[in-house]
Amino acid sequence: MNITPDAIVYWQVGPVGITATIVFSWLVMAILVVGSWVVTRNLSTGAFVSPGQLLLEILLDGIRAQIRDVIGTDPDRYLPFIGTLFLFIVVSNVLVIVPGFQPPTGSVSTTSALALCVFAAVPIFGIAARGLRDYLKSYLQPTVLMLPFNLLGEVTRTISLSIRLFGNMMSGTMITATALAIAPLFFPIIMSALGLLIGVIQAYIFSILALVFIASATRAHEEQLAKMPNVKEETIHG
Amino acid sequence: MDSVELIGMISIIMAGATVGIGAPITAIGEGWAVSRAMEALARQPDAAPVISRTLFIGLAMTESSAIYCFVVSMILIFANPFWNHFASLAGAQ
Repeated sequence: MNITPDAIVYWQVGPVGITATIVFSWLVMAILVVGSWVVTRNLSTGAFVSPGQLLLEILLDGIRAQIRDVIGTDPDRYLPFIGTLFLFIVVSNVLVIVPGFQPPTGSVSTTSALALCVFAAVPIFGIAARGLRDYLKSYLQPTVLMLPFNLLGEVTRTISLSIRLFGNMMSGTMITATALAIAPLFFPIIMSALGLLIGVIQAYIFSILALVFIASATRAHEEQLAKMPNVKEETIHG
Repeated sequence: MDSVELIGMISIIMAGATVGIGAPITAIGEGWAVSRAMEALARQPDAAPVISRTLFIGLAMTESSAIYCFVVSMILIFANPFWNHFASLAGAQ
C-alpha cells in the first residue's frame, strides 16, 4: 500500500522518474483539453445545441455565479484561474472510480504545485487591482507590528491548502484499500461513493478558498470605491 | 529491546494516539459549527446560500487540523523516516 502515487515509477529517464503522478496528471489535462477542443469545434446558437456544449455552459454558468457571489463584481477576470483549478481538481478526483486510476491530487507534489499557483496568483491579482504600493501597504494593515504575522499567514495558508487536499484524497484511497482488506463484499462501494462526494467538495473548497484569498487581496480598493457614493449621498442629504 | 523494535512500537502507539486525540476534538468543533449553522438557517432560510458557503469554508478550515493528524499518523505508519533509517542500517549489516 502506497500513501502517494509518487512511489509508483513506471520508467526511469536518467535522473527523472516518470511516476504515476506525472502520467495521470497529464492524462487529466489531456482529457480536459481534448474534451473542450472537441466540444468547441461546432458551437451553435440555434435550436439544436449539442450535449457537450450544454454541459460546458452549465459548468461555466455555475462557476461564474459562485465567483460573482464571493467577489461581488466582474467574475470574468478570475474565471480562467479559478475555473481551471476547479475543473482540474474535480476531474482528477472524480476519475477515482475508474479502476487503476491513481488520483494525481493524492500526491503532495501536485497539491503543493496547485497551492503555489494560488500563492503566486494572490499578489498578482492584488497588485493588478490596487497597485504595488497599496498592495504592499496591506501587509502593514492594523499596525506595523503585524507584518511578520501577515507574512507567516501567507505561507501557512498555502501549506494548509495543499495538505488539506492531499490528506482528503489520500484518506479516500486508504480507506477504500483498508475496507477491501477487512470487508470486501459491499462496504468498499459505500466508501468509494463517499470518496466521490468528498472529492467534489474538496475541489469546491480549494477553489473557493483560492477565490477568498484573492478577494481579500483585491477587496480593500473596491470597498473604498463602494463607499464613495454613500458619502456623497450623505453630504447631499445633510 | 533494540532500537528498531522500540521505534516500531512507539510509532504505532503514537499513530493511534494522534488520530484518537486529534479527530474527536475536531469533530466536536465541526458539530458545533454545523448546529449553529442549522439554527441560523432555521431563522433565515433566505440566507441559505451565504450561510452554507461560509459553513463549508469554515468546516474546511476546521477539518484541516484533523487532516494534519491523519497525515502525521500515516507518515508514522507508512513513511517513518526513523524506521526506514534503522531498517536500512539493519539491512546493511
